[in-house]
Order: sequence, then structure tokens, then C-alpha cells
Amino acid sequence: MDDWKSNRNVFWTLSTPGTIWLVLFFLIPISILFVLSMSDKLVVDGETSINDYDYLTGITNYLRALDPNIISIFLRTLWWSLLSTLACLLIGYPLAFGICFAPERARPLLLLLIILPFWINLLIRTYALKTTMGANGIINWILETVGIGPVSLLGTTPAVIFGLVYVFLPFMVLPLYSTIERLDRSFLEASLDLGATQAQTFWRVTFPLTMPGVVTGIILVFIPCLGMFLISDELGGASSWMIGNVIQKQFGSSNDWPFGSALSFILMFLTFGVLFLQWLYQRRSKGVSA
Amino acid sequence: MAAQLKPGQGPLEFSRRLWLRTLFAITILVLYTPIFVLIAFSFNKQNRGGVWKGFTFENYPKAWNNSAIFDAMINSLTIAFVTTLVATIIGTMVAVMLWRFKFPGKPAYEAVMGLPIVIPEICMGVALLLFFNKSGMTQLLAGAVWPLNLLTIIIAHIAFCFPFVTIVVRSRLVGFNRQLEEASKDLGATEMQTFWKILVPFMKPGLIAGALLAFTLSLDDFVITFFTAGPETVTFPVKIYSMVKTGVKYEVNAASTVLIIITIVATVLAMKLQSTEKAN
Repeated sequence: MDDWKSNRNVFWTLSTPGTIWLVLFFLIPISILFVLSMSDKLVVDGETSINDYDYLTGITNYLRALDPNIISIFLRTLWWSLLSTLACLLIGYPLAFGICFAPERARPLLLLLIILPFWINLLIRTYALKTTMGANGIINWILETVGIGPVSLLGTTPAVIFGLVYVFLPFMVLPLYSTIERLDRSFLEASLDLGATQAQTFWRVTFPLTMPGVVTGIILVFIPCLGMFLISDELGGASSWMIGNVIQKQFGSSNDWPFGSALSFILMFLTFGVLFLQWLYQRRSKGVSA
Repeated sequence: MAAQLKPGQGPLEFSRRLWLRTLFAITILVLYTPIFVLIAFSFNKQNRGGVWKGFTFENYPKAWNNSAIFDAMINSLTIAFVTTLVATIIGTMVAVMLWRFKFPGKPAYEAVMGLPIVIPEICMGVALLLFFNKSGMTQLLAGAVWPLNLLTIIIAHIAFCFPFVTIVVRSRLVGFNRQLEEASKDLGATEMQTFWKILVPFMKPGLIAGALLAFTLSLDDFVITFFTAGPETVTFPVKIYSMVKTGVKYEVNAASTVLIIITIVATVLAMKLQSTEKAN
């Protein structure tokens, strides 16, 4: 690797556009978000202004997030994200495993079948799910034919969880596939030869060896789940809001930007918390193998 | 004595296990049924309501002539093309810079560049909303002529797409033999010539993959677009969002079907390109 001083012209030419974009359209906006999260609406003569602010007044907006309603929505968001991530893992692991052990020629096609929906527009998929689960949807049509009668699926918790799993399953399968594919099968053969059962082999050999893929998959599903508002908006109802819906409302009909900014920052710190856990895990597992 | 194993019961022949095959089949069924139903209903005679009334092609010309849907689609594609172009160029430059140079504060630079990828989209969306609003860009561009009124969305899309391009291109560059570059310079080529004749051809698969990723991310994006779009500008995902709220006509299904086909063709094409690249 060259030192940047060895060829300053090339260094500056290559780095300037990206750096400017990053500073101007990412760092500055995030800083504004932070400043606004610490601000309040300007009050002039007892009248609250609509879009003028009294900047950097304190942490009142963060304290407002301690409201029991908001806390329960945060907890619900975490809980649902956790459930969806677990469901993705339970379904995605066997799928990735099966694909890896399929005949070599079939593997790319099988993988493509699972990840192709990921390339289809999220809004189209959500809309398709909504029609499928709706009153006239295909699920209710089947249920009616069988005689269980129409069931209102939309607006329920399982509908939201199902939607999250439906949307994020490919994110779980991809990292798992790439880890399991690199797995040295002679370990499994050795374990089976030495008399371990399939279950023992799985839990004591296969699963620990594929842990990096599992962790990546969990991160890739859990984090986008945390910030999701579309699925809970479309498939859930007002009683199944996630934190994303509350943030959206602050910037929409509620017009309470400072509070929305504070909630966004809390959500961002939650994300960093999750990434920190991943970092801790990686550091620990490095220590074990060294 | 172990019993004779039948084919498919070998200890590692997991792909032939019945329960795994069943799980795979069910997953595929669940993943694709909603999409196929959506496509099927784009051929439905009745305009709305979820009941099948017979086959027709009428929804397609109707969608084409529906200016709201058509404009939204053109906006989405325009944004995606411009974003792909700019994000691929900027992202590649940063990738080459990070691959080639060491400089003080490099780990911090890399961490900041990864932030647009890891933070929740909604946070980036509202941050950009505030930025465009406070800098006066929203107000300035609100009445601007097409395609200038798309500028805020395009800027936002480039901001979250180019780090993805950087990651993809950089992982390709890891395998580059730097002696090729040195040989080129020893033989008298300039920086520019070396870049275009040696580095770019080597990066090509990464460039294609990165560009495709940027294109799909941009075309797919709803959250950031939702917050950064001006009052008059609508992209296709935002249009579907508002139509799903107010009641959908099957013209939307027709337009969605077209978009699904574009996406699938682009994906398969890119995969083909990459596999022939690998074979060479």
C-alpha cells in the first residue's frame, strides 16, 4: 500500500468527490438531526411556532421518550424484531444447509429461487402480501373452501411478524449459505465416523463452525427490522405500531420534528448497541481460536 | 453390521431428506404465491375488488395511459439511472483510494463510510429531510422543472448507494496483482492510462455488480425517497404506498408486473455477465 504523500494528486482526485458527498449529504444532515433532537419549538408570546426552533435547549425530547407508551412501543419493536430474526434463522438455516448439500449444478438455481424476491421492489411485495392476506385474498379463499370461514388476518401481530420474515428471509439465507458452503465436510464425516449421532454432530461440530454466518445473518435481519415502519403500517393496525411508525408520524401529521429526531437518535444508538454486541462476540471468538 | 444404505440416506445427503425438501417447497410456495397472485390479477377484467372476473390485457394500456403511474415510473427509472452512474463513479474512486493508499485516520474514515449502510434507513431519511429543508433546497426545487425537481431524491440515493459500490469494488480489488500496475508504469504509461487500461478492466465484474446493486437499491427505495421527495414528485414505490392506502386499481398490478420483469431480467443478465467474466 502506498502512503498518501507518495502521490498526492491521485489521492486527492480519488477521495474528494466521495468525501464531499459523505460530509455534505450524510454527516451534516445527521448533525442537524442531533441538534434538532436537543431543541424545542420556539415559543413567542405564548404561541408555539410551527417550524421555528429554539436550538440546543436540552434533553427534554429524550426524556419524553421515557413515556410508558413510547417505552412499550420500543420494547414491542425489539421483541418483534427478535421473534422475526429467530424465525428467519429457524427457516433459513435448514434452507441454506439443504442448498449447500444439493448437487453442485443445482445450487445456483436453488439459491437464486430464494433470493430473487429480494430483488423485487419492497413496496410491490408488501402490497402483494396485503392482498394475499386480505378479506378477499387467496388465504381466506382457501380457508372458506375448507370451511373454516373468513378470518381477519390483517392488523394482527402474526401478520406483521410474517411480513417481516417474508421480507428479510433472503438476508439470513445468503450469509449462512456462504459460510456453510466453505465448511470442511471431513469434520462432519469424522464426527459421524467416531460414533456421534447426527444431532450431536450438528450441535457440537456443524453449528459452532457456522457461527460467523449465523451472527452475520442475525445482524442483517435484526437491524432493518428495528427501523421498519412499512410492514407494520400496511399489515398491522394502529395497535401494532413499531418505533418507525412513531418517528414517521412526528415528521408527518404530528409535526413534532424535535421529538422525532430524538427518537431517531435513540433508534440509532440501539443499532450501535447491537453492532457493539457483534463486535464483542467477534473479539471473544478471536481470543478463543488464538 | 450396519444395514445397507439406500440412495439418499447417506449420512451427508441432506439435500435428499424429505423434510428438507418439504421445507424448501413450502418456502418457495409462500415466497412466490403473493407475487404470482399479483401478476395474475393484472390480467383481471374487473377493475378492483379481489374477485376474478375473466382474462384481459386492458390493464396494461390503462397503466401506460394513467399519467400518475406513468410519471411515477419514469421518475423512478430516471433517479435509478442517474444514481447508478454517479454512485458507481464515486464509489469506485473511493474504493481505489482505500485500496491503494494508507493515510492518517483511515479506520475512522472507513467507519464513517459504513454508517449509511448500517444505520436504519428511517434515520437517514429524516436527517436528509431536515437538511434539505433547513438548507432551503426543498423550497428552491419545489417548483423546478423536471428532472431538477428530482435532485433531492437523487442526491439522497447517491449518498446511501455509493458506500455499497465501494464495498463491492474493493473486495474485487483485493485480488489484484500490483505488479501489473508497476509493469504498466515502468513501460511508460501515465497514471490515467494505467487506470483505464489495467485497473478498470480488472475491476469490471465488481463494477457491474456494484452498479447493479446501486440500481436495485435506488429503484427499490421507499423510506428515504418518502422523506426527501418534494410535494410534487412521486416515485413508483411512493405511488404504490399512497394507492394501497386509498384503494388500488389493477393498473397498479400491471405496472408492478412490468417492474418485476425489468428487475428479474436485469438480475439474470448481470449474473450471466458475471459468470462469463469468471469463465474467462
